[in-house]
Amino acid sequence: MRLRITFAKTGSLRYIGHLDLHQVWERTARRAGLPLAYTQGFHPGPKIQIAAALPLGFSGRAEVVDLWLNETGGDEPRPYADLLQSAAPPGLVIVRAEPVDEGAPALQTQVAAAEYEVNLLEAGAGSGLEAKVAELLAKPSLPRERRGKPYDLRPLILSLEAGTGERSGTLQMVLSAREGATGRPEEVLAELGIPFENTRVERTRLIFKNDIESK
Amino acid sequence: MLSPAEIETRLERILLSVQKPGRYVGGELNSVTKDWDSVQTRAAFVFPDIYDIGISNLGIQILYSQVNQRPDALAERAYAPWTDMEAQMREHGIPLYALESKHALADFDILGFSLPYETLYTNALNLLDLAGIPVRAEERDERHPIVIAGGHACFNPEPMHAFMDAFVIGEGEEVIHEIINTVSKFPREHVGKSERANVQTCKRVNLLKALAQIPGVYVPRFYDVTYLDDGTIQTVTPNIPEAPQVVLKRMTAKLPPPPTRFIVPNIEAVHNRVAIEVMRGCTRGCRFCQAGMITRPVRERSVDEVVAAAEDAIRSTGFEELALLSLSSSDYTPILELVTAIGEKFAGRHLTVSLPSLRIESVSVDLMEKIKDRRAGGFTLAPEAASERMRRIINKFIPDDQILATAREIYSRGWATLKLYFMIGHPSETLEDVQAIVGLCNRVLAEGRRTLGGKAKLNVGVSTFIPKPHTPFQWVAVELPEQIKAKQDLLKRELRDRSIKLTWTRPEDTLLEAWLARGDRRTADVIYAAWTNGAKFDAWREHFRYAVWTSAFAARDLDPAFYAHRPRRVDEVFPWDHISDAVRKQYLFDDFRQSLEGEIRADCREDCYACGILPAFAADRRAHPGNYWKCPEVKSP
Repeated sequence: MRLRITFAKTGSLRYIGHLDLHQVWERTARRAGLPLAYTQGFHPGPKIQIAAALPLGFSGRAEVVDLWLNETGGDEPRPYADLLQSAAPPGLVIVRAEPVDEGAPALQTQVAAAEYEVNLLEAGAGSGLEAKVAELLAKPSLPRERRGKPYDLRPLILSLEAGTGERSGTLQMVLSAREGATGRPEEVLAELGIPFENTRVERTRLIFKNDIESK
Repeated sequence: MLSPAEIETRLERILLSVQKPGRYVGGELNSVTKDWDSVQTRAAFVFPDIYDIGISNLGIQILYSQVNQRPDALAERAYAPWTDMEAQMREHGIPLYALESKHALADFDILGFSLPYETLYTNALNLLDLAGIPVRAEERDERHPIVIAGGHACFNPEPMHAFMDAFVIGEGEEVIHEIINTVSKFPREHVGKSERANVQTCKRVNLLKALAQIPGVYVPRFYDVTYLDDGTIQTVTPNIPEAPQVVLKRMTAKLPPPPTRFIVPNIEAVHNRVAIEVMRGCTRGCRFCQAGMITRPVRERSVDEVVAAAEDAIRSTGFEELALLSLSSSDYTPILELVTAIGEKFAGRHLTVSLPSLRIESVSVDLMEKIKDRRAGGFTLAPEAASERMRRIINKFIPDDQILATAREIYSRGWATLKLYFMIGHPSETLEDVQAIVGLCNRVLAEGRRTLGGKAKLNVGVSTFIPKPHTPFQWVAVELPEQIKAKQDLLKRELRDRSIKLTWTRPEDTLLEAWLARGDRRTADVIYAAWTNGAKFDAWREHFRYAVWTSAFAARDLDPAFYAHRPRRVDEVFPWDHISDAVRKQYLFDDFRQSLEGEIRADCREDCYACGILPAFAADRRAHPGNYWKCPEVKSP
């Protein structure tokens, strides 16, 4: 069975990377008593697919992972989400867990975009932000370099908004997350002249290709 | 000191600029964060190396769970930040803090340093400094925590005597409670007024006096050392009536249930596993082995207890590996029953079971087969020496035939890699004895080739003997670096087969370990000078700087050769003679003499040689009759 889990990654778990998160899932499933399916071969590993790597330091509000389980007879004492939550380490919050079609395409190939919320930690950092955002969005292109390769950040920004009123000092953005066309919040922050270490970033949503097609 | 909230705020700004920030944030499953104000006594256990290594330290896990079971106390943890994080912490004025509550270490009542090996010493100094606590014990007052060290290296506490308020000698699980009870009777007063300093200083001395009266606790300031003209020790004498002449180690007559709620790191650690100690102590009596001497007597847990604990711990941690720990797995009496039970219980659950220190005999291969689903990872054996003469001298006598037969079994049952551990520099060892290692390795590999052809691999690890305190070899000198190098060169020259991988210990590493292991109180100034000149992470190849140490000796006008390369007089008073592991010095000396005669001493389960454990712990033995201990029973007094 293929179990799709939507989860939040918060607290001290913000500081663990993608590979370590794999391990966290393996151990969480084992503690929950859910029998993970393993790959065949000389180095068998549990079948776990995380939709999109979350950069170190970001929290995630609605991340997605698929776990493959050996058939359990379907009579778990409690819903999967409960079982997993009681076995999860601090900072891992299960939002939803439901079986999906075994033959569905790999999660990583399905992510189209990601939504982020950025909190600026410096007091008063929100002032003038709206104008900066408008100025940035007005530009036709934002040429940058990543690992020595030139690219244009502008088309990767699907939306960008500065919070107003009570939400002053925050930014909302949706960035492309397709293979080979991924925008990163720290790059947008750099364009806005905001030092990354003065922010806290949360990925609030992953947008899948289906979500877009079904709209 | 900064408050926990202030520390967290500053951390947030720096964590993303360091490697593996997950080391510094805590929040692991099964870690315990108690309400700070709900308890009377707060202890922080410190492992003075990085998180990745310290997190799986079993001693700290045991003490952590012991203390946190008490309603009146809490225990938290701290590890050494890696150099990038240390630089950031110093730059931003962040003191060393405990992972659970983020309280500065200076806020705790007790700091418990784990010192299992000597190359952690400079890190311990560095961590005290990073915590904003005076590094020298004499400069601390009642505003500061009581700083205590424990672990195997503390069986010679003298090199660290200047930096620790107290040492725990021996096993910690009982004495930790006595220490907490004692500390709780001397509440700290956080008063800054200088006119009260005298009153308070007096209080700290009283607390230390009270600690010195706990069996197994050594408070170095209550002992005076005098020296002879040749630089060796004349006497070590207590300077207060409350301090015992000799500090006898603590020994837990009946091992408490093993901890099962292991802290599960969120990042990759060196060991990611449940560790269950199946047995403590060893009856083999290998003469180079300090652990085998200082952890006597042998106490075995029952199969039921081990299996239940393993099951419980796997359920509570989700770890993918189970390690069944002891100094010599094969000697655990019901070993076959244990591996059968473990094999049945965990079969098909994708769990790796490890069983270290197996004897070199074909039965060991049967044991490994029962617990291994796969043959990955290689099979490790430790002959330690390759000539018959050497094997007699070190009292680890395994004939070549037996080694070859075992190797044949291992290769033929599917393990492609065999690892052999040897030690060079044993007393009276010659180049011929080292040449025998080459011969044996080639014959072992030939066994592998016979069944596996070119696929057979042999890893050979060669360490260098250090005569450790409290062993029969404590009278012996460490070989000179040029002798060690000549032997290593021989091995490098002769073990050239492409299928053999040779690793060795650098002579400089061996010397540092020898100086620190065999040092006296004067060595403390050397450690201090070395740390001041930048020595830290001495166990790390990329950090260890030999020249810093030699100049630290020179600066103190001490000769490192005096500590490492000098055969000891028969009647020499060792710096560690007032620390007792209950094994008599005369027993060790007799065993040393037997070694020179090439006489073997058999496993002491078969025949008691009166090492001294039973008279020291007769009441404990009477209280726990039968097979639980492997010493003979003692008659009623």
